[in-house]
Amino acid sequence: MLAGSRPGVGKAATSRRLAPLCSPSPGKSKEAEIKRINKELANIRSKFKGDKALDGYSKKKYVCKLLFIFLLGHDIDFGHMEAVNLLSSNRYTEKQIGYLFISVLVNSNSELIRLINNAIKNDLASRNPTFMGLALHCIANVGSREMAEAFAGEVPKILVAGDTMDSVKQSAALCLLRLYRTSPDLVPMGDWTSRVVHLLNDQHLGVVTAATSLITTLAQKNPEEFKTSVSLAVSRLSRIVTSASTDLQDYTYYFVPAPWLSVKLLRLLQCYPPPEDPAVRGRLTECLETILNKAQEPPKSKKVQHSNAKNAVLFEAISLIIHHDSEPNLLVRACNQLGQFLQHRETNLRYLALESMCTLASSEFSHEAVKTHIDTVINALKTERDVSVRQRAVDLLYAMCDRSNAQQIVAEMLSYLETADYSIREEIVLKVAILAEKYAVDYAWYVDTILNLIRIAGDYVSEEVWYRVIQIVINRDDVQGYAAKTVFEALQAPACHENLVKVGGYILGEFGNLIAGDPRSSPLVQFNLLHSKFHLCSVPTRALLLSTYIKFVNLFPEVKPTIQDVLRGDSQLRNADVELQQRAVEYLRLSTVASTDILATVLEEMPPFPERESSILAKLKKKKGPSTVTDLEDTKRERSVDVNGGPEPAPASASSTPSPSADLLGLGAAPAAPTGPPPSSGGGLLVDVFSDSASAAAPLAPGSEDNFPQRAFPKHPRISAGGSEFVCKNNGVLFENQLLQIGLKSEFRQNLGRMFIFYGNKTSTQFLNFTPTPVPRCGLDSLTRTHLNLQTKPVDPTVDGGAQVQQVVNIECVSDFTEAPVLNIQFRYGGTFQNVSVQLPITLNKFFQPTEMSSQDFFQRWKQLSNPQQEVQNIFKAKHPMDTEITKAKIIGFGSALLEEVDPNPANFVGAGIIHTKTSQTGCLLRLEPNLQAQMYRLTLRTSKETVSQRLCELLSQQF
Amino acid sequence: MPFRNFKIIYRRYAGLYFCICVDVNDNNLAYLEAIHNFVEVLNEYFHNVCELDLVFNFYKVYTVVDEMFLAGEIRETSQTKVLKQLLMLQSLE
Repeated sequence: MLAGSRPGVGKAATSRRLAPLCSPSPGKSKEAEIKRINKELANIRSKFKGDKALDGYSKKKYVCKLLFIFLLGHDIDFGHMEAVNLLSSNRYTEKQIGYLFISVLVNSNSELIRLINNAIKNDLASRNPTFMGLALHCIANVGSREMAEAFAGEVPKILVAGDTMDSVKQSAALCLLRLYRTSPDLVPMGDWTSRVVHLLNDQHLGVVTAATSLITTLAQKNPEEFKTSVSLAVSRLSRIVTSASTDLQDYTYYFVPAPWLSVKLLRLLQCYPPPEDPAVRGRLTECLETILNKAQEPPKSKKVQHSNAKNAVLFEAISLIIHHDSEPNLLVRACNQLGQFLQHRETNLRYLALESMCTLASSEFSHEAVKTHIDTVINALKTERDVSVRQRAVDLLYAMCDRSNAQQIVAEMLSYLETADYSIREEIVLKVAILAEKYAVDYAWYVDTILNLIRIAGDYVSEEVWYRVIQIVINRDDVQGYAAKTVFEALQAPACHENLVKVGGYILGEFGNLIAGDPRSSPLVQFNLLHSKFHLCSVPTRALLLSTYIKFVNLFPEVKPTIQDVLRGDSQLRNADVELQQRAVEYLRLSTVASTDILATVLEEMPPFPERESSILAKLKKKKGPSTVTDLEDTKRERSVDVNGGPEPAPASASSTPSPSADLLGLGAAPAAPTGPPPSSGGGLLVDVFSDSASAAAPLAPGSEDNFPQRAFPKHPRISAGGSEFVCKNNGVLFENQLLQIGLKSEFRQNLGRMFIFYGNKTSTQFLNFTPTPVPRCGLDSLTRTHLNLQTKPVDPTVDGGAQVQQVVNIECVSDFTEAPVLNIQFRYGGTFQNVSVQLPITLNKFFQPTEMSSQDFFQRWKQLSNPQQEVQNIFKAKHPMDTEITKAKIIGFGSALLEEVDPNPANFVGAGIIHTKTSQTGCLLRLEPNLQAQMYRLTLRTSKETVSQRLCELLSQQF
Repeated sequence: MPFRNFKIIYRRYAGLYFCICVDVNDNNLAYLEAIHNFVEVLNEYFHNVCELDLVFNFYKVYTVVDEMFLAGEIRETSQTKVLKQLLMLQSLE
């Protein structure tokens, strides 16, 4: 449409001179062009070097040619001096070409810079607005530090001087902005700042346009100094939006009054919170309402320019509304307006509407309003032609997802995944994985979703995703049985993705025992199923499967010979891959020489993973760039319940944790390993003392853990939910914030206990005066008596960045107690004083010793404790899926013995134990009756002491 | 509107693409229209502009850019004012 060459006014002498130069360039061969250019360069060089001094005109001509050659893509390494000479010419054209050459071919030669700066200085002082403009534009385009040093003082003066021309003011404002961006330290704040703010009131809208950009940038860094700009910006904006479309004349663009200035003013306002002055605030709200109203008016022109300009202002107004996040009415209106755009025929508008809605979804006021558009968005996902719009639709679904619609959204995303563009599949996979985790109401659904994910888009399921599902399964004992069953079933598909084999191998290796009771998934069947996939898998997966096999040796002694046969096979023992060979050799040896106890220890179930930021989330952030995901995530995370604030082990590191045997010896009273855990109990809870032995035993099979997730994950901050998780577990991360991580490892025996507290400095700066003090809290029942004695030594008051210190607390339980002790930590970080208090998970049940007894004994004692005060009963709804194995594990983890075949009803659980305190021992019987239909439990506790019954009942009830 | 670390906003006029690289959170439509505003000024200045005008008068195009965009910001949006200034400069040649 703009085709057709017509010689115009602009085609002055220069174009004719250049014509021969570029005539061969289009079309013809590359060599011809290079030849032509080299000839011309040689010619120019000789002219510059010639004895005859060139006049200004020829100098300009050749400098201009050089520039043109440079723009054609050739290197230019001379001519700078001639260009600098042009700067001092008094002719506009010569000066202009000189400045242009310098701006385009910036040179760091210091002598040249001195000359250039000198020329600029002269022009700035010339009071000739044209020359001043050229000089300012040159500074603004180059913006080097040297220029900032030379002119940062001068430019503000020009900007606020009363006699400066408007166009020079505009240039000066933006020139200063450039200098401030490159060297903020060199731009002095001073009197001029207040006068700059008043430029918002300038008659000349061009000056206001330029000044607004400057003020916005300055206000971002110095909000206080530019606070007055808010009211000025509001009144200016108000004048613009209420003006008739003809009022602003030059500045009206397709019937929209000053659209760019409006956008800039709205951006400036986004540097500040909503105005405090009610009058200003009212006026601003009026403006925003007017803008929203105008969006509803019929367009004044059919041209796309009109609607684009209008919508540019509208979208910026919506950004401001979202930024303020304080006017529910406006937020909802904004959302509805965007809702209309979702079905607009302009692709750009659909795109932008989806994008803005993403941010609206994170505001509590408009989240619900956004959700009403779910069907439109899902529809967009299915029918939209433009891939980038579909991508935004996925983003929005992700942003609007919450507990109420998670199942629908995840299902839609999964079904879209089957046909999705290849370029966005991985991202969708990550999103589905995150949503499934975050909003999982029950973990069975979560496991199903992820397995589906692997089935549909196995190639796009990155390691992070399948690591994460394993982390979660390991950390949530209520889902382990289900997970084992599901992966077992999924593995039966004739062709399954390698990622599924990995997940399957890992999970069956850990929890295969939970489904081994069923003859259809007996140990041998499980093994054969996995092994049938073995040969189709890559080396890392095969290595993982070998680890699974050796775990089977521990879980199912009956398949040991079969597995040993496999390990002994030539394809393993003599495998060309060193890793596989080494594993085969070592595992075979291990299975032959080690006693069952050692096997059970070495091959114990993996300890729970420390809770961190989901690695998938980290990956998504990396993929999308920090600015887009973080904010949304942070705000959402605050509102979302921490799904997996599960139990966590101490920061696992061999260096800082004493070896397990030392721990046991250190405990003094403790005999060696108390009756080794039955290998098939499935309760990692029992043996937390040993959870480190897995890593301590790692040297046995070097490299064998490389395929296991725990190494692959960096530490990420995540606040631990703390509290009741520790009732049944002794190790984990107690607390974590940006600065500090506190890990725990504890052991209890009778009425004594010892707790290792690990303080990790997560920053790179030293903590000073670091003083952690555990203090027992007195229950309200008795303020005078001490229930718990805590003894500890102070730790080193300085903790280096990244370092970890350990504190040992010796605990003595004097009498039964309810209130857990508190750990107060004070330290100085960077000049500020930090204070952290967390509850230490020392609860009464820690002093439980299990007692085995027969059915007869149990009921006899039960009857003896028939006094109404001795019995406490609680009926409550199950918070977790009701799984027999898990419940058993929890009761054992709680500290009591689990008595099998005592209760006539096999569905019930009974337990017995003694609570040891210094002053007394309290026998304790418990009975837990699950009601699967109602999803309820009845828990009855009988002890000889009312307070003990009460407290234990409270503690145990939280666990199911 | 494809993205990178920043984002590129472009508009196509016959065989020419006009691109602006802006921050990710900048206003898309405002810059899209800024391009059009710029092209209208070029068109007016060169009297029905074509590609060769821009190639042969590259140094003038730089002047137009400097008048309308400076230091990465929009400097002047009024077409009348920009053209007035350009004609004034032209008279100096």
